[in-house]
Amino acid sequence: MTITLTINGAHRTLSIEPGERLLDLLRREGCMGVKIGCRAGDCGACAVLLNGRAVNSCLVFAVKADGGEVVTVEGLERDGRLHPVQQAFLDGGGIQCGYCTPGMVIGAVDLLSRNPDPTEDEIRKGLAGHLCRCTGYVKQIRAVRRAAAAMRGER
Amino acid sequence: MTERPDFAIVGKSARKVDGRALVTGKPVFTADLCLPGTLHVKILGSPYAHARILDIDTSEAEAIPGVACVLTHENTPPTRHTTAGQGAPEPSPYDARMFEDKVRFVGDRVAAVAADSEEAADAALKAIRVEYEELRPVLSIDEALREGAPVVHDERDSTGIYDADRNLVADVDIDVGDVEAGFAGSDVVVETTCETQYAQHAPIETHVVYSYLDSAGRLVLRTSTQVPFHVRRIVARTLGIPIRDIRVIKPRVGGGFGTKQEVLLEDLAGLVTLRTGRPALIRLSRKEEFTSARTRHPMRVRIKLGADGKTGILRAIEMEAVSNTGAYGAHGLTVLANAGSKTLPLYNKAPNAHFYGQAVYTTLPVAGAYRGYGATQGYFPLETAMDELAERLGIDPIELRRRNHIRVGETSPIFEKLGEGREGVEQTLKSCELSRCLEVGAERIGWAEKRGKRLRDGSWVHGLGMSIMMQGSGIPRIDMAAATIKMNEDGSFNLLIGATDIGTGSDTILAQIAAEVLGVPLEEMIVTSSDTDLTPFDVGAYASSTTYVSGTAVLRAAEKVRDQIRAAAAPVLGCDASELRLVDRSVEAPSGERVSLARVCHRAMYESDQFQIAATASYVPTESPPPFLANFAEVAVDTDTGRVKVVRYVAAVDCGVAVNPALAEGQMEGAIVNGIGYALTEEMLLSSRGRVRNPSLFDYKIPGALDVPELEVILVESYEPTGPMGAKSIGEIGINGPVPTIANAIYDAVEIRLRRTPFTPERVLDAIRGASAA
Repeated sequence: MTITLTINGAHRTLSIEPGERLLDLLRREGCMGVKIGCRAGDCGACAVLLNGRAVNSCLVFAVKADGGEVVTVEGLERDGRLHPVQQAFLDGGGIQCGYCTPGMVIGAVDLLSRNPDPTEDEIRKGLAGHLCRCTGYVKQIRAVRRAAAAMRGER
Repeated sequence: MTERPDFAIVGKSARKVDGRALVTGKPVFTADLCLPGTLHVKILGSPYAHARILDIDTSEAEAIPGVACVLTHENTPPTRHTTAGQGAPEPSPYDARMFEDKVRFVGDRVAAVAADSEEAADAALKAIRVEYEELRPVLSIDEALREGAPVVHDERDSTGIYDADRNLVADVDIDVGDVEAGFAGSDVVVETTCETQYAQHAPIETHVVYSYLDSAGRLVLRTSTQVPFHVRRIVARTLGIPIRDIRVIKPRVGGGFGTKQEVLLEDLAGLVTLRTGRPALIRLSRKEEFTSARTRHPMRVRIKLGADGKTGILRAIEMEAVSNTGAYGAHGLTVLANAGSKTLPLYNKAPNAHFYGQAVYTTLPVAGAYRGYGATQGYFPLETAMDELAERLGIDPIELRRRNHIRVGETSPIFEKLGEGREGVEQTLKSCELSRCLEVGAERIGWAEKRGKRLRDGSWVHGLGMSIMMQGSGIPRIDMAAATIKMNEDGSFNLLIGATDIGTGSDTILAQIAAEVLGVPLEEMIVTSSDTDLTPFDVGAYASSTTYVSGTAVLRAAEKVRDQIRAAAAPVLGCDASELRLVDRSVEAPSGERVSLARVCHRAMYESDQFQIAATASYVPTESPPPFLANFAEVAVDTDTGRVKVVRYVAAVDCGVAVNPALAEGQMEGAIVNGIGYALTEEMLLSSRGRVRNPSLFDYKIPGALDVPELEVILVESYEPTGPMGAKSIGEIGINGPVPTIANAIYDAVEIRLRRTPFTPERVLDAIRGASAA
């Protein structure tokens, strides 16, 4: 069957397989920033924004994105400038191996769009669905706080 | 402390050189770039813990459309090898084959299918008919050692096994002084036995390899590995092809922690590509990662300490370890030996020491290298026993450690007696700020105010615990690293290193070291790491070796290049080369006159005395300076439910000079949080038939952002004169801390000694109830 959706601002008409997951569709379409960690919704490495909200793309049937708007980590840059969350992760040591990073960044972007001034507890809750084995989360939590401040124009 | 020079680039928290690609989701990991026509390879795992394959029929599978090949023990090379990616000859037994007519754990390889699609491969796996003869499994250390136990490796062509008939992979026994006399002369003796569980690395990227043929028909393996050069050598052996016909490329790696020091899939992908001529992808599912990849060796370790009653100075230490290596002996000997060699030298005041250990085969998941590498299992009982000893002596636990720990200018006979599965290397410490770590950490956690107070908050009781430890910086006289630096005519440099960045940031810190020597900002260093065709040799990312060993190779290569640049600039500046220094992208004469690096290289390439400014340097360390760590934790124990919460964790670490403080802190933070998971929640549960019962990230609980305590890492810098820029390595040490530290804090809160990890609510509650019933 065929679906129509927007991927990182580009309108696309794509044929999909029955039962195909959004994760596989996006990787098939070259969005390799969407990572495969568990295919079970446990790790958050495949998170993307679907109609503005972070979802685990491994749990979403591609057909559910029909008519929708998808933003992956590749779609966050604007005119060659990193999104403040990306910049804060890069500046603050929030990246080690980088495999969880795209999903984690998407989760943080979603959180800050709903809550521009989260407390540390709210950040932890917001990132709870994204597993990272390298960083211990310390610098990632701090990066989200800094990104929030930057987005509120405080820096 | 030796004086630390002023650095321009080293000591700064520079951004990771690969950070931008990672944060923007560029296709930089193994599975991100696949060619059209790629075959998908799937593996059929054994349903039994121990069985013989009587018959295997693949005809139906081969007939499925899209199936390109099916591999079994009947059509693959039988060469024995080890999957452990260690230096040659590996100190692990050659007890594995690509496929065999015997399987030794649930998930062991039975067959593999390569097909056009994952669906076709899955269908083909289901169509393979296997007739098994079930054998009696061996499901614990005790069963393995029992008289008349089934022999896990009864084949006769395996080599390097200590005593296959008794299921013994390895046996280690070393003595210093006379430990019995030491105990007899001790006023206080404590003895404790601790047991650790099956635990897994759980990198977010599972094992994955991509193989294809290059234009000359050579096999290219792009693989998520910690050991590219060992992969090349081991695959050459296993497949029986020359090393020159293999190229291993390490792209970005999505976490390793030791599990990717193992050559698990590369042989298989390579053989599929050689047989079919087509590219092949193998990616373990999360379930396969749990069942068929590697684990931390579960151990049972007994420790006995004897001390002087007045001073608390140790007179004797005895450690006896039994390690379960699972179905294959990868890292069996060396992890066992490190349980002693990385722990006992810490308390060098004891003139008498004895380490005895055995590693046993079972028909359970295979253990391997895991960050901490035996030290993690050894420090649990050692630091528990030190806590018990402190209580018996009536000495504060910090004070007892302070009196007993090794110091600058001192040595331990253990260094020489016990090394990487053989004798070790004598060394005298040139840097150790452990006493300061203890001081700073105690202050930050509020030891004096909070220890022993048992503060209550409803059913929750708070307690404080601590522990200390050391690790090493690489494997002396075994590890080898090399680096090549070549100069470009715009004043930039290519840094070509075999060192294997698996997310640690080693590309960045090695570039910082080179940039420091060459007087350029970091952006002038173009880093290429770990491609066996393009970069010089390096053993890879393990044993806390990269900063210290690879870092020194980079430093030496940079110094050679610096000297070439000076010589090339001398005629331009009209001075003697020895008077010149490199600074701000220039060569500067004593007069202050400068010529740019770009000018120097341009001249060398195009104008006069033409040559390529470039150099390669190697390094083999002759010692392994330990980093040191003092851990402090505040925990809260719920006496109603047995739940343990880590409220606060302070880690003060002597890392030498931190080449990149943010990355050094990141190593510590990540290791500590992994260790907290190991202490509290992580355990592979095994069924009575040896099957992993919780092979998912839902059922095997690694810490998430909500589980992390307030965590403070303090870099207590020293200057290690043998290290590059004064640095030591700290990739592993942090993971050893949480288990004993949390155990000791639980004791401070509720007076129970936990001797079995993880400290789940059930175990804690049982212990609390047992204690109150007694």
